[in-house]
Amino acid sequence: MDGEYVDALVATAPDGIAFDDLHVAHNGDGYTFQTPDVDHSGIDEETLRTVAAESPYVRNWYFWHATAPQKADRWAFLRWLEGAEQRDVAERYDALADGVAATWGELHLRVTLSDGERTYSVRHRADADVGTSALDAHDDPLDAREIAKHDDDGGYRPLKTAPSLQTGWTFPELSASECVTTVDAFYPATIANWHREQEGELDVTHWRDTVDRQTGIYGVVSTWDRGDGYEHVNWVAEACCDDSQCLKRREWQYDEETDLDVDGGSGAFPCREPCSLVIAGARQWTKLEGETSQTYEFELTPSEKEQIEDIIDAVADGKADDIREADIYEGANRYRARFLRAKLFDDEGHLGGVETEE
Amino acid sequence: MDEALVIAAHGSHLNAESSTPTYDHADTIRATGAFGEVRESFWKEEPSFREALRTVDADEVYLVPLFISEGYFTEQVIPREFRLEDWDPELWESDGTSATNATLTAEDTDQTVHYCGPVGTHDSMSDVIVQRAESVTGDPDVGEGFGLAVVGHGTERNENSAKAIQYHADRIRERGRFDEVQSLFMDEDPEVDDVADYFESDDIVVVPLFIADGFHTQEDIPEDMGLTDDYRTGYDVPTTVEGHDIWYAGAVGTEPLMADVVLERAADAGADVSSAIEQVREETGGAKPATGD
Repeated sequence: MDGEYVDALVATAPDGIAFDDLHVAHNGDGYTFQTPDVDHSGIDEETLRTVAAESPYVRNWYFWHATAPQKADRWAFLRWLEGAEQRDVAERYDALADGVAATWGELHLRVTLSDGERTYSVRHRADADVGTSALDAHDDPLDAREIAKHDDDGGYRPLKTAPSLQTGWTFPELSASECVTTVDAFYPATIANWHREQEGELDVTHWRDTVDRQTGIYGVVSTWDRGDGYEHVNWVAEACCDDSQCLKRREWQYDEETDLDVDGGSGAFPCREPCSLVIAGARQWTKLEGETSQTYEFELTPSEKEQIEDIIDAVADGKADDIREADIYEGANRYRARFLRAKLFDDEGHLGGVETEE
Repeated sequence: MDEALVIAAHGSHLNAESSTPTYDHADTIRATGAFGEVRESFWKEEPSFREALRTVDADEVYLVPLFISEGYFTEQVIPREFRLEDWDPELWESDGTSATNATLTAEDTDQTVHYCGPVGTHDSMSDVIVQRAESVTGDPDVGEGFGLAVVGHGTERNENSAKAIQYHADRIRERGRFDEVQSLFMDEDPEVDDVADYFESDDIVVVPLFIADGFHTQEDIPEDMGLTDDYRTGYDVPTTVEGHDIWYAGAVGTEPLMADVVLERAADAGADVSSAIEQVREETGGAKPATGD
């Protein structure tokens, strides 16, 4: 009946144990063993073993010190997942028997206790209520790398934290360390950065420092800043870092003193510096924004102007593919766009027949 | 265990398969158990070079660039992004193809990082090129009656790019296994477009020294060599071009034996991985002793 957790408890008792409502010590009078349920003192080893074998507090102590990954951020993440800082052991074990769930980006995480052991599962949050048998089951955490590569339409996802994770899969039975590995494969470094933030140690690198660091083909981005404000960086953040585009919460700003004006988002895990996609976009915008504005003259009906706005909105919001084929009431409908092109473009593809001046 | 291997690769915003060889080689090494942790990291994907180290538990890390040549990425980008304090390219004492390793500290995590030269300029890369030729011809003894073309990008932005190609071409030529060995390039002479002009052998194996298959290896090079007018329609292996049978191998970096080169780099930097090297060589068909060097 003694598990290895009992042996471990006996071996550790002389150093004293005080963890999650469990207090154990060893002194001249024997062992003391205290939990909210029991209070023993002066007991011998055999009694300690009997008491410990029955105690969820001992299993809990053993899990957190011998089973759970000990790296501080992974440990803290698993504690957060089961609400360890909000619930005492008794309450937590009751909850864990039914399963405790949490959301991490688009992941639905669940930890369940059975026979005193924690098991973890991971699936898409959109599949939270889907029967497990309807989902593709995986047991290798590294399968997450492949799942994360493509969205539900088969499109490549260059940004792991884009809100486009495919559905239809599950990791139904993972150990604690496998759970962490799986989450980190879907959303690399989010646990580490979340934990740094929790500890007040998130090392944010702001826009200005990030672009100043760039070299090679990206070196040009630092020239976009010409000491004339940071409106362009607002546009970048609005384009790339909005919750609709990335689930990280943007913590970087223009520089240490200058916050951007757009919302950083509400994600659980922080974004600590402009990512490679932002820098690649910024390189292109640096070039495009180097152009001087021109005045072009052509005429649009009010509805045509609104239609152009509709088309830009549909593309920017990723809605173009959702517009039904025959829904000619939508400005971004394909037939409507084709009509506009037929009417307004000349044979060279110039809008309003007006040549683009360089 | 307190030692980790971190592989640094380019990755891509556009091509989903760019990361595949990196994952494959990492998996091969992971399976040997030689390191407590094996982590992939990318310039264009995640985990990024900036944030890979913080996802690793180990205090001591072997950092191996999965890049072909020494230069911009290995000497500037990777050390900068991994925040390796006091890095100086001189520490590798390289002439452009002879990088060693340097032990540094990562500024943000305080981990000890053994920063290794790239896989592409390690001597054992020559073996991978030869093995790639064996794979594509299906002949473990390929050589006699065959020419071998080692193809590189060329000098764009990096003079060492061509050096790595020439280095391995020279080494393989010295072994005398192939009737002819020639280095060819995409953007400088001798150009891969004229592959048939550079060989007398009827059969020519063409091995591009690239880490991953992508635009260059799947579209440019096959079209440039005249294997196909349109890469989307595919091509035969071999394809006859101007009287030569061209055996086009695709990116050398997809050859499973590449995992061995990663391990060799870590071993040169002091990692105790000799049994893993043996295991990987056996599993990936690289068990034969290298000849000619």
